[in-house]
Amino acid sequence: MIRSLPSGKTYRYGYITYVSLFYIFLFSPLIVTCILAFNDSIFPGLPWEGFTLDWFFADEEHRTGVFFDDRNLNAIWVSLQTAVSVSLLSLVLGTMAAFLFEQEQFRFKQPLFFLALTPLVIPGVILGISLLLASNSAGLYFEEKLGIDLEILRPSFGLVVLGQMSFISTFVMLVVSARLKKFDTSLEEAALNLGATRPEVIRYITIPYLKPALIGAGSVAFLMSFENFNTTLFLVGSDTTLPISLYLQVRDGSTPLINAISFLLIFTTSILALINLLLSRKKSD
Amino acid sequence: MAGRLTLYIFLAPVLLWLFLLIVLPHLDLFFISFQAENDMGDMVWSLSNYQAFFTEKIYWLTFLRTAMYAILTTILTFIITFPIAFYITKVLSLKVSGFFTILLLVPFWVSELVRIYGWMILLRESGVFNHYLMELGLIDKPIEMLYNDISMIMGLVYTSMLFMVVPLISSLEGLDDSLIEAAYDLGASKLVIIRDIVIPYIMPGITSGSIVVFMLTLGNYLTPNLMGGKNSLWFTEQIYNQFIASFNWNQGAAFGFLLLVLSTLIIWIGLRVTRQNLSRALS
Amino acid sequence: MSNDLEVENLVRDFAAFRAVDNVNFEVKQGSFFSILGPSGCGKTTLLRMIAGFLEPSSGDIRIREKSVLGVPPNLRPVNLIFQHLSLFPMMDVKENISFGLKRRKVSQAEINKQVSTILERVGLPDYASKQINQLSGGQKQRVAIARALILEPSILLLDEPLGALDLKLREQMKIELKKLQQEVGTTFVYITHDQSEALVMSDHVAVMNNGEFEQIDTPKNLYTHPGTGFVADFIGENNSFDATVSSTDPFKVKLDMGHEFFARAMTSLAKGTNCKLYIRPESIVINPQHTENLNKFGVVVKNVLFDGANTKLLAVIENTSREIMAALPQDKRFDHIKPGDKLDVGVYNDSCTCF
Repeated sequence: MIRSLPSGKTYRYGYITYVSLFYIFLFSPLIVTCILAFNDSIFPGLPWEGFTLDWFFADEEHRTGVFFDDRNLNAIWVSLQTAVSVSLLSLVLGTMAAFLFEQEQFRFKQPLFFLALTPLVIPGVILGISLLLASNSAGLYFEEKLGIDLEILRPSFGLVVLGQMSFISTFVMLVVSARLKKFDTSLEEAALNLGATRPEVIRYITIPYLKPALIGAGSVAFLMSFENFNTTLFLVGSDTTLPISLYLQVRDGSTPLINAISFLLIFTTSILALINLLLSRKKSD
Repeated sequence: MAGRLTLYIFLAPVLLWLFLLIVLPHLDLFFISFQAENDMGDMVWSLSNYQAFFTEKIYWLTFLRTAMYAILTTILTFIITFPIAFYITKVLSLKVSGFFTILLLVPFWVSELVRIYGWMILLRESGVFNHYLMELGLIDKPIEMLYNDISMIMGLVYTSMLFMVVPLISSLEGLDDSLIEAAYDLGASKLVIIRDIVIPYIMPGITSGSIVVFMLTLGNYLTPNLMGGKNSLWFTEQIYNQFIASFNWNQGAAFGFLLLVLSTLIIWIGLRVTRQNLSRALS
Repeated sequence: MSNDLEVENLVRDFAAFRAVDNVNFEVKQGSFFSILGPSGCGKTTLLRMIAGFLEPSSGDIRIREKSVLGVPPNLRPVNLIFQHLSLFPMMDVKENISFGLKRRKVSQAEINKQVSTILERVGLPDYASKQINQLSGGQKQRVAIARALILEPSILLLDEPLGALDLKLREQMKIELKKLQQEVGTTFVYITHDQSEALVMSDHVAVMNNGEFEQIDTPKNLYTHPGTGFVADFIGENNSFDATVSSTDPFKVKLDMGHEFFARAMTSLAKGTNCKLYIRPESIVINPQHTENLNKFGVVVKNVLFDGANTKLLAVIENTSREIMAALPQDKRFDHIKPGDKLDVGVYNDSCTCF
């Protein structure tokens, strides 16, 4: 049953089999994708035609590797810019919201907190279309009444950042709040008692205490933004992000180029996961 | 006073965020869904978008189908991931359980699109499975394993497993082993322990996992579109079609609003049945 | 000698609840002053008002003759040792101790000098670069004290800092704290619910109950001359009985089951009024040789509660069901006593106190 309790052989082996099958189910699509990135074939599938790095480094007309494919390189660059902007903005906004709801008292705090949670339970598609509609309405209004044409109100980089920020901030808020809840406020009092001013308390005590949560929330926010599809789909302008660009390519038939990009994504995230694991190991020692 | 000042410094950006990016756009969605072009080509208040939904069978059938399949996906996700979460937290030795947890998370840090693409390579007519089945002589000509409801549900379950397994693991970690030992000592069977001790204890985790999985599945576009193909009939595709293909934003807004009502309603019922509240379920 | 701390008519209300009720006291420079009371008596509220984390509803607090009302906590010349010490987990020992000096913009060289001096003083000379989670309970205690003392406060406030330690270490730290206080000469204001901590370390102790001070006195006087029934009950062990005053000259009280005791009235008690009679376990003499000024009565032994030097006899007063505790000296004279025995015991008239 659990570590300390005995259990029958059939049960134990049955359980191990199930868990193994689950992990195979989990990893098979990723592993196959990675392997086929190195297949010397113009089609992402078997049979195996031999090993090649063409899908990374070739620069020919029918075989363009990732590092020479302008369309995908551009999409990666757009996605990186988006993810950096979104994670930084969300980190600031989400942390402010966490402080607001954890440490301040004001009227209508409960309803406002509830409102701040809703972006997590609104399907991303709806966040996307409602922001598209609202920005369009606002754009029309500004153009007709004031005669100003505001770039940010059209599907564009800025709108994508705003749209993603609208729900990623909630996520950051929850992570930071969770850590702030465990914060022993007597640490702040101790610092005040030792002569620190309010800003000094925040700088030397509160922020260092929140650091692990900020790093964690920041990196997840980065990933959430980098991978977002549903909300972005409706807000994106001429500069498409990587998930949108990949979607269009996969839908219209694919080459092992997609596998190569996938390989790079899987490889990078696995490395990050490994670093994360090693860091958390080190902390627990 | 200094205290008031900090309050306003925190309050102002939060209010801007919530009203400009959440409240206002959804109000706009609501109003636009009640507008349509009349014969003269002018925008007027109208119920025609909602009339279209109820009179066109394809719309409301897709809507119901999406709701049912999203519920089914949520239940399946729980059934599949619960034993895994339990194994990692309660059976595996503490030394390796951290490693297996990270291993569990890795695939989900990779974009959903990459994961779905992997399944497409495996399952399609010219895919890896068919290649091996032919090679082994089990089949004569390739079978199309993609583009049906089963592959679509499988894809949806695969995509959303993380959001179930993480809350399950964290609430199982809070469950003291000695409670299970005590129940065992008092003569309870495995089934009784799971049903009467474990499940009630992790109910908050189950609720929060289910809410997120349900919401993500309901709003998913990629998986039904790529794995369900033309027959997927997923409601988000109707919204997409109205916005991108037909350019009928009013009709799309009505669909979006209906989807929002549906997801809110089912989450509300779920919270009611399990006696949880939203803030507890999400934090 | 002048006073470091004067508290005058101090009141603090929380909505309808009065946590601190008209408290007055003064603490002499360089003395060790304790506030002793059960949990919830208002002592923490009082301490937080002195430290500046709470403003009083009314009354005044003066430190070195200057009122500190309205002065924020970071500008008061007092430092606080928190109940759970509140050492900063993200800093090492040296960073913790130098935190206050850095806020005062003291030069790095001066900080280094002072930190090593204070670490020496608290007996942790080689611990500067240790992380907080590498320290034992007693070491954390000393770091917390060093962190506060390095700022040379007028008053050091201590909020039950020994509460989390185990018994042995607590005994040891009590003595260490007392020694340290005498060495540095800083005024200590110590709050605790543990009477032994208060009695052992303090020059003066205030006993607090329900937001009010019951009595301020030296430890010895609190024990021998309790001012109120609460103090008699709270300080040390005591047998208490409901009684009625049967005569005022000489003062005598009658227990409800008929026994009569010569006693000492601690407040003015008229004949016929109800009162409480207190008898300390160690004032009960077993098999008394004299009878002068002695209340003598018989008891039946129920149990011997062995606890080393603290061994007690649990008995009932003859012909009643009233239990009484008596100290049982472990000097072999009374080794023969066993449950069921009948004994003659006595207690001097002066040792029976009535409120």
